[in-house]
Amino acid sequence: MRKILIAAAAVMVTAGASLLSASAADKLKVGFIYLGPVGDFGWTYQHEVARQALAKEFGDKIETTYLENVSEGPDAERSIEQLVRAGNKLIFTTSFGYMDPTLKVAKKYPNVHFEHATGFKRDKNMGTYNGRFYEGRYIQGVIAGKMSKVGVLGYIGSFPIPEVIMGMNATMLGAQTVNPNIKVKIIWANTWFDPGKEADAAKALLDQGADIIMQHTDSPAAMQIASERGKLAFGQDSDMIKFGPKTQLTSIIDNWAPYYIARVKAELEGKWQTDNDWDGLKAKMVVMAPYTNMPDDVKKLAMDTEAAIIAGKLFPFKCPVVDQDGKTVECKGGDHLDDGQVLGMNFYVKGIDDKIPGK
Amino acid sequence: MLEAIVLSVLAASTPLLIAATGELVTERSGVLNLGVEGMMIVGAACGFGGAWLSGSIIVGALFGIVAGALMSLIFAVMTLALAVNQVATGLALTILGVGVSGLIGAGFVGERITPAPHLYIPGLTDIPFVGHILFGEDAFVYLSLALLIGVWLFLYRTRAGLVLRAAGDNHVSAHALGYPVLRIRLFAVMFGGACAGLAGAYLPLAYTPFFIPGMTAGRGWIALALVVFASWRPGRLAIGAYLFGAVTILQLHAQAFSLGIPSQFMSSLPYLATVIVLVPISRARTGGSTAPAALGTVFVPDR
Amino acid sequence: MQLVLEKRAEQSRTIALVSPLIAIGLTIATMVILFAILGKNPLLALWVYFIDPMTDGYSLQEIAVKATPLVMIAIGLSLCYLANVWNIGAEGQFLIGAVAGSWLAVKTNGTDAGPWVFPVMLLLGAAGGALYALIPAICKVRFGASEILTSLMLVYVADLFLDYLVRGPWRDPNGFNFPTTAEFDPVATVPLLVDGGRLHLGSIFALIVVAGAAILLGRMIKGFEIRVVGAAPRAARFGGFNSNQLILLTFAISGALAGLAGIIEVAGPVGHLQPGFSPGYGFTAIIVAFLGRLNPIGILIAGLFLALTFIGGEQAQIAMKIPLDVTKVFQGILLFYVLACDSLILYRIRLISTARQVPSGNA
Repeated sequence: MRKILIAAAAVMVTAGASLLSASAADKLKVGFIYLGPVGDFGWTYQHEVARQALAKEFGDKIETTYLENVSEGPDAERSIEQLVRAGNKLIFTTSFGYMDPTLKVAKKYPNVHFEHATGFKRDKNMGTYNGRFYEGRYIQGVIAGKMSKVGVLGYIGSFPIPEVIMGMNATMLGAQTVNPNIKVKIIWANTWFDPGKEADAAKALLDQGADIIMQHTDSPAAMQIASERGKLAFGQDSDMIKFGPKTQLTSIIDNWAPYYIARVKAELEGKWQTDNDWDGLKAKMVVMAPYTNMPDDVKKLAMDTEAAIIAGKLFPFKCPVVDQDGKTVECKGGDHLDDGQVLGMNFYVKGIDDKIPGK
Repeated sequence: MLEAIVLSVLAASTPLLIAATGELVTERSGVLNLGVEGMMIVGAACGFGGAWLSGSIIVGALFGIVAGALMSLIFAVMTLALAVNQVATGLALTILGVGVSGLIGAGFVGERITPAPHLYIPGLTDIPFVGHILFGEDAFVYLSLALLIGVWLFLYRTRAGLVLRAAGDNHVSAHALGYPVLRIRLFAVMFGGACAGLAGAYLPLAYTPFFIPGMTAGRGWIALALVVFASWRPGRLAIGAYLFGAVTILQLHAQAFSLGIPSQFMSSLPYLATVIVLVPISRARTGGSTAPAALGTVFVPDR
Repeated sequence: MQLVLEKRAEQSRTIALVSPLIAIGLTIATMVILFAILGKNPLLALWVYFIDPMTDGYSLQEIAVKATPLVMIAIGLSLCYLANVWNIGAEGQFLIGAVAGSWLAVKTNGTDAGPWVFPVMLLLGAAGGALYALIPAICKVRFGASEILTSLMLVYVADLFLDYLVRGPWRDPNGFNFPTTAEFDPVATVPLLVDGGRLHLGSIFALIVVAGAAILLGRMIKGFEIRVVGAAPRAARFGGFNSNQLILLTFAISGALAGLAGIIEVAGPVGHLQPGFSPGYGFTAIIVAFLGRLNPIGILIAGLFLALTFIGGEQAQIAMKIPLDVTKVFQGILLFYVLACDSLILYRIRLISTARQVPSGNA
């Protein structure tokens, strides 16, 4: 009996060991760390869509893996390291909170390459990438300014961090070009993702008189509520038209696939280098869902705005930018705010009456 | 706008009310089931799955009810048949429920269904202010109230209800009088599970018509708090549920009024409110506790 | 035929030793079925979950790192549960302890403070957790409020408070407004034990806590009082044991341990304070306490075992694409089986024919 058990154990151990390291030595292994479930139909979902595009594009040359629901605390470091130990040579960590864990692991493994989304710390083997979603917000602002009958927008914010604030500001600046007196009501959900809360926030905003809903949270709940109430809304992260066929004006779609494909290609060719990629509409990292549920002249205006941004003729944060206290913000980028100012944006533009929480 | 706020509060409070009503019956029979959150979320996953597969909200609701009842059956077997500690079992049920719902729901993410329709009676629903509130809600809201009234009638106006309360107050005496304490508790626990499952199903069937893992977001725990808040009385349960729903909704509105209070403080109000309210409520009871006296204690009938 | 429970005259010692093994065996059998349903190779999955993480030094260190807060919190919880008071708010005490200790780290950040910073942070963490735990304890003792609900509600409050601090007053001024404090100075960080790994001093603390609890419960009067108050409250009253004082004491100790675990976690593996840094340790510790059957050594083993399954679960995601929910299902099922098998210690299961049942009814 004992011999059988020992033999069985030995078989299991060798079988397991060989199965785990069985991948062909020449396949490039690419790993992903996700914050939420792949099914959130929002932020993580879009990364997953891009990962699947990668698998399709490179077929047998690569092998992709992902870990989902990785919380941003101490577990993150271990998860990243586990991907490294499993043989992944290029690892994408898809949330701001993974910044320090990624850096720590990057220092430990100089031969592995890391890409961190939405962060600001880099190293020789760690680059960052982000999308200029605020370009899309500007276009949305222009559309909203035209489509809002009462001149009040409803904005569901997640957390008062620069990424969200720059989105709000870009929206307002865009809307103000069409309606200088446009107003916005803001509700902070204090979460990236909580459908019930987002639905409640959407209801509250509509009850308070807003007639167009925009969100910086990740679920389709707000779109759903706007649809029920016969109002208009903008989607976020992915095309949410399914949840509001007569409601969605457009949506900012995170389109990571071209960037991921380019980075994997570089890695395969041995040309990967650390970089700080902040691309927008022009590089198609940010894509607008088809403009729907609006009259043709608004559609044309939106498309023209988009074209102008892509051509580099229109900057959402072109100077002078006036903050809500009436002060003109110093213009460090020539005729528009420079990247550093936008990344650290911690003020509201004129026209927003609320105060930023926690200031 | 007041009418709109009332409507939002009604919708937000409904799952709390349904789940708490079921837990109230369970606790009145002497059993403390902390697994409400787990039962609710499994109800949400199965409810959505049922509706999506069949195209019918009613089938979805039934799936949710059955799922919740089955989860509670596990609890019943452990605590009633095997006399296991109720607190530990309830917590295990919650953890199991969250995991199981994730596995079941994984296949449904990204799908949507048509949400439960709202009642519309021409003439009645159009009455300003009360029209929509009284005659324009979806079936779950009316069901929640009917359920509450039904439970009240059962507990206080029927013999069976009296026996159930007796089992919760003094199981030894009830057993001595010949009442099948364990069987009563089994029914009470399964009723609680069915309600929790229905409450969970309400979320993807009517509130936000899609399924996302973790969509109950702690409502099961709030339902538990509500039962205590209500001193185990159905009438007070309704007040508590709507109060809680109101605080949740109003803190969002208060933000839009830019009162300058940190939003985290506003978000914490429902929970602080529960703690603050529990104190005087519990104090008032030290004279003669209105909690079922045998709540949470293990009962093994001697032969 | 009917299944009935018969109370044993004496707790069965053999069952007490064997029941955890039966429980584990039943759990593994259930998991094999589950893996098969999911279409994954059951044997390989078991190997990845339980054996593989023990095969290399890195994973072993990670198991210790993960188990450390679980064991510390669970020891504290076990004291409460033995006294029959139910502290469900350990997660909140964990967070508040982290906040309390971090206050000093943030205050002295960038200054050239001496090595006194770290020990004081630990003390603050423990004190913060203890005070926070006393809130539900006092509510129970003075007002009779259910400590289950008050301690639970306070978890949400603690989480939101932490969020407010890190996004507001304590936010790193050089951090581009992102919600995190500055990285803690080296004097404010937990010393590592091994180069190249994450094993840190906290694990030693956890072992000391286990030993301390074993001594308290096994050899000290207070430990005896705690046990009697939980098991036989009337006898305790006759013995003159002050149950109110014991409630306050056990909650305070439990809160202190959770708070200590919190600051160690933040000043160690994480390195700064940020929202959501806790993956629910306070709640997982409840499972650990029960799996360890409220016994210090048992808790140590249970904590290590559960940490093993977390690590294994992550590796299973990578190697076999098994969803993380399976880990939760496993933990729930394991707890069920352990509790069920444990009831066999106190009771015997008998099948009797209903004809033999003594007719009951109004005499």
